[in-house]
Amino acid sequence: MTDQTSVPRGSAPGLTRRQAYEQRLRRRSNTLAAGSTLAVVLAVVVLVPLAPGWDAVKRSFFNGQVFAKTFPGLLDAFLMNVAIFLWCAPIIAILGLVIALFRDVRSPALYPLRLFGAIYTDVFRGLPVILVIYLIGFGVPGLGLPRPWNSPYVWGSLALILVYAAYVAEVIRSGIDSIHHSQRAAAASLGLSDGETMRYVVLPQAIRNVAPANMNLFIALQKDVALLSFIGPVEVFRQAGVYKSLLANFTPYVGAAVIFLALTIPATRYADYLMNKQRRRQS
Amino acid sequence: MAKLALQSVTKSFGDNIVCRGIDLSVDEGEMVCLIGASGSGKSTLLRCINLLEPIDDGRILLDGVDISEPGLDPQPIRARIGIVFQSFNLFPHMTAAENVMLAPRRVLGKSRETLEAPVKALFDRFDLGQRMQHYPDQLSGGQQQRVAIIRALAMQPEIMLFDEITSALDPELVGEVLDVLRQLRTEGMTMILATHEMAFARELADKVCFLDASRILEEGPPETLFSNPREDRTRAFLKRVL
Amino acid sequence: MSLRLRKSRAGLSLTHGFVQMLCWSLDKFPPPSNLWTTQQGRTIRQMKTVITSACLLAATSSVALAAGHGSCADGLTLEENVLTIATGNPAYYPWVLNDAPESGEGYEAAVAYAIAEELGFEADAVKWVRTSFDEAIQPGAKDFDFNMQQYSITPEREQMVDFSLPYYTSAMAVLTTKGVVDAGATATLDSLKGLVWGADANTTALPMLTEIVAPEKDPLLYGDNTDVTAAMQANQIDAALFDLPTALYLSAVVVEGGVLLGQFPAERSENPDQFGLLFEEGNPLRDCVNTAITALTESGKLAEIEATWLQEATGVPVIE
Repeated sequence: MTDQTSVPRGSAPGLTRRQAYEQRLRRRSNTLAAGSTLAVVLAVVVLVPLAPGWDAVKRSFFNGQVFAKTFPGLLDAFLMNVAIFLWCAPIIAILGLVIALFRDVRSPALYPLRLFGAIYTDVFRGLPVILVIYLIGFGVPGLGLPRPWNSPYVWGSLALILVYAAYVAEVIRSGIDSIHHSQRAAAASLGLSDGETMRYVVLPQAIRNVAPANMNLFIALQKDVALLSFIGPVEVFRQAGVYKSLLANFTPYVGAAVIFLALTIPATRYADYLMNKQRRRQS
Repeated sequence: MAKLALQSVTKSFGDNIVCRGIDLSVDEGEMVCLIGASGSGKSTLLRCINLLEPIDDGRILLDGVDISEPGLDPQPIRARIGIVFQSFNLFPHMTAAENVMLAPRRVLGKSRETLEAPVKALFDRFDLGQRMQHYPDQLSGGQQQRVAIIRALAMQPEIMLFDEITSALDPELVGEVLDVLRQLRTEGMTMILATHEMAFARELADKVCFLDASRILEEGPPETLFSNPREDRTRAFLKRVL
Repeated sequence: MSLRLRKSRAGLSLTHGFVQMLCWSLDKFPPPSNLWTTQQGRTIRQMKTVITSACLLAATSSVALAAGHGSCADGLTLEENVLTIATGNPAYYPWVLNDAPESGEGYEAAVAYAIAEELGFEADAVKWVRTSFDEAIQPGAKDFDFNMQQYSITPEREQMVDFSLPYYTSAMAVLTTKGVVDAGATATLDSLKGLVWGADANTTALPMLTEIVAPEKDPLLYGDNTDVTAAMQANQIDAALFDLPTALYLSAVVVEGGVLLGQFPAERSENPDQFGLLFEEGNPLRDCVNTAITALTESGKLAEIEATWLQEATGVPVIE
């Protein structure tokens, strides 16, 4: 009897005191969150259009007519982004893995590989992507290569591959380092060679551990494909620039942003989901 | 001839000397227990025998053959000597059965098919037949250690090394693991254990070695060493742990 | 005598400067509107009326002083008595020589000063600023009266910004390299179709390219002239389309082994490429500038400037 009266009003019967307390707490913070979000949205929706320049901004950035006219063309150009991404991603994964393995080489005879791996990752992580794209995309073909070997697609992609492989290599290496040394000892004690230990014991665990981090890298890659436009390929960012120039209107950039977000937001969510799942598994 | 003989084995990590001239002889079918405080060098000694750590000086003879010769390929030798560690033994991304089959498949080149029957028999022998398809995180700590032992046995080693394999276990799980060792003892396996289970050592060991400050201070049959130790330090250690 | 006159003019213009500043600040920072209802507000309002009349008076007299005659640009420029003209950063030859429009050298620089003169501005009343294409079309207040950097007039762009009457009608020329010509490229549409094309993405060269040449392979696009020529040098593209004066300059100075394969003449019937001054939409100054351009065209002054600064392209074959 006394127990029942102690249950606060508004909470479902059958809850423990703690559950009831937490429920109240949750409701209060939800109300607060909803209220403040609504206030901010209202402020933006009501106040921004009151700004004296809003009409002009709307006409140049959020122009429905221009959007409708250019969006199909942008989607079409985005196929180029997807294609570049698709041929770069597997090569990046393989090269990143190879570099990561170089950096893990223990035999003194192979020390040069280890050194190479370290220099490689330092250099390519230290350079802005756009710089590498310019240097390789215009520089290497300028040496006088015949077509089709001087194509900006080839060398631009190579620039992306080199830079991103450096990042992927570092991520994989951190994954390798995260595997407890007993695992290597256990494998070695069974008679497995260093290579077999790496292949069957360390890498499968390491790669699974760093999958979310790598996924984030590949999301970044998807965005950086746009940088290839600087050396010629007409992908969505360049196509938006062309429309901007022809129509003297920035709306096509907003269209391009919409396309990127449509792809990257679900991908980012998924990576976060993987990461959380992993954290739960490890704890 | 001793199955395994250590002659003046020395080993150091930088300035830290972990084996100061260790001599030890283990006969076929014998069970030797290494006791001593943490840091006395038990684990390192086992890792040296298994060639996981190269020794600085001295010799390790297996069936009279020097296996510690620098430059020798350690892999075939390691395959003849099984070892089980305190923890992180099993590969978490493989089922118990896959853990056990990995080395026979990759090192001995046996096929999955030919391995299935003997591996099943091994699991059954140690009462784990129902757990073959489980992943390590679905097994209790005791079961994990038993699978690790089965995995080492699958390579049909001539000697088994155990490095405090019950130290990380909850007390109620220790028994089932020690039972496995008992069973191996009856089957005549040559074994070296680093252990804190004094009662177990006293009950089953042929020889007990007390390690202190990186050397074997005293060794002998368990009755003598436990009841009537010669050295003061041995007596002090036993007083602390018994 | 003359010395005294100059002195007094200087004094006058100093006073003018002060009055102007006052007028400007009143314009920029009007007293808050709620003040108008109070007693104090009324006083301020009365004050403003007085000052405004003074300002008007001052403005009229100052223009009369500066320009010497009544100009339709009065009060329409960003800054009183100053004509602010924007150009590219950098501004390219032969439109502006040495990236120094102040010198009046180069076709556009010369046209700019001719227009300024026509509008009644002395040369030292012309102020130059630099903008990119994007800055020129972004919404919001502009920091120039008009922008002059070979903007092609198109109906699509005119929906967002305003253009003056054309001050130049350009032929379009095909820039290529000796290697491509040696490999058999000729000044015929058929031959051009088979080339790999590049263009500056910010220009109207691309639609012209797709409409007139319709190349078989999709053209590669770049952010500026320099990148187009870099790609040509790297043999990634065979040819690029530029306005003729730019193409002449690039072939002669920038691209090693550069050749002008041919031109689409300025007087071709469809889609002439005409350059106009760019204004913020609705800028009333445009009408004055148009009057000035018409006057310059009719007086033959524009043609004269063109003859001075733009090379004749007689040697470039017309593309069939």
